[in-house]
Amino acid sequence: LVVAELKTFDELEPGGAVSPAEAAQPHTGGWRTGLRPEADTARCVDCLLCWLYCPDSAVVLDGTSFAGFDLDYCKGCELCAAVCPVEAIAMVSE
Amino acid sequence: MSERLLLTGGEAVAHAMRQIDPDVVPCYPITPQTPIIQGFAKFVADGRAHAEVVNVESEHSAMSAAIGSALAGARTMTATSSQGLALMAEVVYIAASMRAPIVMALGNRALSGPINIHCDHSDSMLIRDSGVVQLFAENAQEAYDLTVLAPRIAEHPDVLLPVLVCLDGFTITHSAEPVALLPDDAVRELVGEYRIPHPVLAADAPTTQGPFAMPDYYTELRRQQGVAVERALDVLAEVSDELESLCGRRCDALEPYRLADARRVLVALGSTAGTAKDVVDELRAEGDPVGLLKLRSFRPFPSAAIGAELTRKDEVIVLDRADSPGGTPPLFADVAAAVYRDGPQLRGHVYGLGGRDLHPEDLRAIFAGEAPVHVGVRGEPCPA
Repeated sequence: LVVAELKTFDELEPGGAVSPAEAAQPHTGGWRTGLRPEADTARCVDCLLCWLYCPDSAVVLDGTSFAGFDLDYCKGCELCAAVCPVEAIAMVSE
Repeated sequence: MSERLLLTGGEAVAHAMRQIDPDVVPCYPITPQTPIIQGFAKFVADGRAHAEVVNVESEHSAMSAAIGSALAGARTMTATSSQGLALMAEVVYIAASMRAPIVMALGNRALSGPINIHCDHSDSMLIRDSGVVQLFAENAQEAYDLTVLAPRIAEHPDVLLPVLVCLDGFTITHSAEPVALLPDDAVRELVGEYRIPHPVLAADAPTTQGPFAMPDYYTELRRQQGVAVERALDVLAEVSDELESLCGRRCDALEPYRLADARRVLVALGSTAGTAKDVVDELRAEGDPVGLLKLRSFRPFPSAAIGAELTRKDEVIVLDRADSPGGTPPLFADVAAAVYRDGPQLRGHVYGLGGRDLHPEDLRAIFAGEAPVHVGVRGEPCPA
């Protein structure tokens, strides 16, 4: 987050209640481990296991097809690579 | 027409709860609060109140359940004392930070140890900085009045905080006195419908509540809470006006007693203010111009108003019913901060711990400068 986007105390909802739209604002991908997933779409069979397992909802779909990763939220946990049945996802160093 | 009944403070609070008719009351028994939830549960069993009474397994659970129901959109009340509040303390901070407008009666009782069941204010002081509102009653009537007003303060959009109505254990909770009740429909009208800005069960407007706050937001959320506590002073004044229009009684943050021309003044919370009024009358009759400043609102602390009342006095004597070992007793510290600029003589006494009575002669000794700092303690010399 850049300082300019931070709210003042009286702009916050009571108790800091957050709506889904606001929850998208903190780009937590900044915490990533130093590894990011990279997909070989030629091997992908659109089983969507990576989408199902991703704890940060960082797998992007196009309809029911795999469409990539949202690195604004991906933490580099490697779960997607571990569950991929066709080894289409590799973790690469940043 | 007000109904006048012979009630203990505990029964008076139970009647206030019956008239408010909250939706949910998660509770766990503890002396000396038990008559409150027991009295209320009987009203529910008799069909005179309609709350879901949840018999939880501990006070930690009572406050946790209260947060859930208050934020779901249900008016929620509970009650506790002493060790119950200590066990609950972790969750009280969370209730305040999640801005859950829970109303809780606190039958003030000494914290262990040594284990004790009688009154002092150490339980209130344990959660002094939690961000809840704490209002102290002098007697059963005030415990009733503050309880019927409490939902209005707790649920006010500028406040949205837990409000504790503090009543001295046994001295108020178990002592019967005449209490004038408002008519049931007047209380219903006074408290109105329960409304909060973001009920968690509102499926059309989902929110995350109680989010993790990193260093970039923690300070702002604490400050927001601080402002809400401060605003409770204005709301208290507002509802005190409404109470006066209903029955002629008021519940202001401060009650000055023979204060205007007093040279030396006691400051006290709770039932001791009643004893102090008698002693002030006696000393006045003897020609000593003394007075009393009773505080109903301890949090928010009406610092500016206290400063205005006290800075021109010769001596201010603060009575703390809780000690701060190795430090400054809490009420003394707050009053000293309120008057320090052009200060009168200031001294403080700690008294009444674990239910020890403070007698009129003790107050006379305090005024006379003949009482030790810890009133009545054995082995402490009196000041020279």
